[in-house]
Amino acid sequence: MTGIALKWALKKPVTSRYPFEPRQPIADSRGTLDFDTLTCVYCGVCAKKCPTGAIEVVRSGRRWAIDRLLCISCGACVEICPKKSLALDTRHTGPTITRDREFFTGAEKPAA
Amino acid sequence: MAKTIVPFGPQHPVLPEPIHLDLVVEDEVVVEARPSIGFIHRGLERLVERKDFNEFTYVAERICGICSFIHGQTYCQGVEQLMHLEAPLRAKYLRTIWGEMSRIHSHLLWLGLMADAVGFENLFMHSWRVRERLLNVIEGTTGGRVIFGTCKVGGVRRDIGPEALPGTLKELESIEKDAREITEIFLHDSSIKDRLCGVGVLSREDAYALGCVGPTLRASGVEQDMRALGYAAFDQVPFKVVTRTEGDSYARCAVRCEELLQSFEIIRQAAARMPEGEIAVKVSGNPKGECIVRTEQPRGEVVYWLKANGTKNLERFRVRTPTFANIPALLKLLQGCDLADVPVLVLTIDPCISCTER
Repeated sequence: MTGIALKWALKKPVTSRYPFEPRQPIADSRGTLDFDTLTCVYCGVCAKKCPTGAIEVVRSGRRWAIDRLLCISCGACVEICPKKSLALDTRHTGPTITRDREFFTGAEKPAA
Repeated sequence: MAKTIVPFGPQHPVLPEPIHLDLVVEDEVVVEARPSIGFIHRGLERLVERKDFNEFTYVAERICGICSFIHGQTYCQGVEQLMHLEAPLRAKYLRTIWGEMSRIHSHLLWLGLMADAVGFENLFMHSWRVRERLLNVIEGTTGGRVIFGTCKVGGVRRDIGPEALPGTLKELESIEKDAREITEIFLHDSSIKDRLCGVGVLSREDAYALGCVGPTLRASGVEQDMRALGYAAFDQVPFKVVTRTEGDSYARCAVRCEELLQSFEIIRQAAARMPEGEIAVKVSGNPKGECIVRTEQPRGEVVYWLKANGTKNLERFRVRTPTFANIPALLKLLQGCDLADVPVLVLTIDPCISCTER
């Protein structure tokens, strides 16, 4: 034990000075869910497949909403999305004091 | 002196999770321990009625925060058995690798908690320093730190590709070196030995009769490890069941130290033999029938019972967790021990109360 204690007494601490030094995200980590309003066709498959029911899609109003506190970042929606409009980022959702859904509204569908 | 009852828990510095013990003491010696559980029951088993069998994998993983992956894996193996599915070989190897990573991080966590319980703060910090490095490897390969989220019915959801595997193995080798340094201290340091050797001796007969599982059973000399059943890729990756004969707290610590190092070897072997190919098969239809699945968690054998009736929801789901099986042994260990040894003895069975109460 003395050996380890002495070795580490002379080294830099492994802990970081958070929040002054933010943690470097690890590649491929499952973080917050990003949504792309431009490519989404509002089919609602993501809402059906979400195991916690965090996503709500209104097809007629081209509206997509997510309850960030319910999302478990499992990536089930990302795997199923036919248009690849969803992606998991490595950053994490910040703290919040209200339980609001985050809304995204797509542009009006161009007339055929 | 008259008998006194000392309450231990549910909030106690040595307990990571709430369990309550009424300790009947007489002159600082525990005469009897009466347990009571039920502080964190979440009703997860009943949730099978509301979540479909694919979604329930996420719930099964959340039964325990430490052996999360093996819970998910056991559940998926059960559903696959009901649906007569066979996960691809590569998926089985990946499950083995992640299962062993889960074991390493659980054992390192336990070593830290044990060091803390015996008052060895410095060693506690070092155990968790090593564990943190492993958590980074887990996050890099699965995307999650403790909730892996990679197991699904029919296979796995992520692959460790040929570009990521060498780096992962190299990092694991370096972590193994650090872990070896830590285990050497646990096995040879005199202050650790003073607190653990000869404390809480559980004979082979008692361990077997009380239905112990996992390191608690193996430390008493019974060679029983569910990995020997050959689930996932354990039928193709050789390993030796670690046992000790002393049956005391030191033996339980030594079994975990050896298993920890053995897990690195299992990962190496599995990575070397892992074949190319698909990582999941297509799942269609609904499960029907009944089955029992047994796997080896870091804390011991877990038993899953699943009953399905051909609909998308399972009809009934039941889990027998290792800690539940080890509580009778804990009560036996506590009889006649010194009051000061109670924290050490409670920790030697590696209690996981969240699992037990689900």
